[in-house]
Amino acid sequence: MRVLVVIPTYNEAPNIAAVLAAVRAVVVGDIAVVDDGSDDDTAALARRAGVIVLRHPCNLGIGAAVQTGFLYALQQGYDAVVRVDGDLQHDPAHIPALLEQLESDGADIVVGSRFLARQGYQSTFVRRVGILILGVLGALVGTRVTDPTSGYWALNRRALEVLAKFQPDDYPETQSLLVATRAGCRVRELPVVMQARGAGRSSIGALQSGFYMVKVILAVLIERLRPRLRPRSRPPTGTGR
Amino acid sequence: MYAHGLFLQAMAVAFSVLLIGFVVEAIRRHHLNERYAILWLGAGGVLLALSVYRPLLDWIALSLGVSYPPSLLFLVAFIFLLGIVLHYSLVISAHRDAIRRLVQAVALLERALEEERAR
Repeated sequence: MRVLVVIPTYNEAPNIAAVLAAVRAVVVGDIAVVDDGSDDDTAALARRAGVIVLRHPCNLGIGAAVQTGFLYALQQGYDAVVRVDGDLQHDPAHIPALLEQLESDGADIVVGSRFLARQGYQSTFVRRVGILILGVLGALVGTRVTDPTSGYWALNRRALEVLAKFQPDDYPETQSLLVATRAGCRVRELPVVMQARGAGRSSIGALQSGFYMVKVILAVLIERLRPRLRPRSRPPTGTGR
Repeated sequence: MYAHGLFLQAMAVAFSVLLIGFVVEAIRRHHLNERYAILWLGAGGVLLALSVYRPLLDWIALSLGVSYPPSLLFLVAFIFLLGIVLHYSLVISAHRDAIRRLVQAVALLERALEEERAR
């Protein structure tokens, strides 16, 4: 199985070398840093580290950056993608387990959840409340995962094809899970341990968190009114179309 | 009709003509796409008609049952502006989507070029 590790970054120069070293220690496959128009020299540092660098000329949002990684993986014929954040929150040690479950469990997406085992970084209180609300909302609309905002995912080609077509620009995880589920992708979860981010600050402030919350709730509710996306790999079965 | 009423009417006509002239000139200089100009030309035309022949507004308002004709003008203007702003939101969303696809294509092309040069 050819695996591409996709790391979306935005101004992560202080962390990028450590992230790449940590991923390299675990993964033998290729690593792609998708730099979302950083002002600092994240992209240059990643190039110097010898990984694949896909650089956005301007900042679009993490969802778009991840999607660029998906497009590259599809274009280059990779069988699976592991999405890892560029701020050291995701311990790369879990990558093999994510991939193993992707292969053995017949899942199209495996989400690393920090709440299944309740260990490690559990996010701040306010954000946890937000995540809980999104979780309830997600359950209402049909994606039963304990950590719908986790960005620590493994995906196979089927899921990549769906999300390469549609993925929101910012704060994409909850909505993407819903889109993928509705398109017939199987989603599984795996307990992971997350850490508080390394150097620098999160790109999401307090006021923005509130805005994203409302945006995601609206997006998830509207998503139900859209026609389902259909991946090409498995033909649609018995839905009268 | 009062003298200042006439002055106001002249101002209204002049304003409408200026608006239409500005829009036509903007189209001619390629500053304004015809697609979006139609709305503004339409608005300018309606304004001109109403200010040239003032009883028109009174007649329309009264036949719709609006007792104070100028309020009809406000209502129509409000609906028109709301429509234009909503239309722009749609256009901006479409542009955002197009920009994303373009940026992603640039990123992939840059990578392909890099690989080509390394060979």
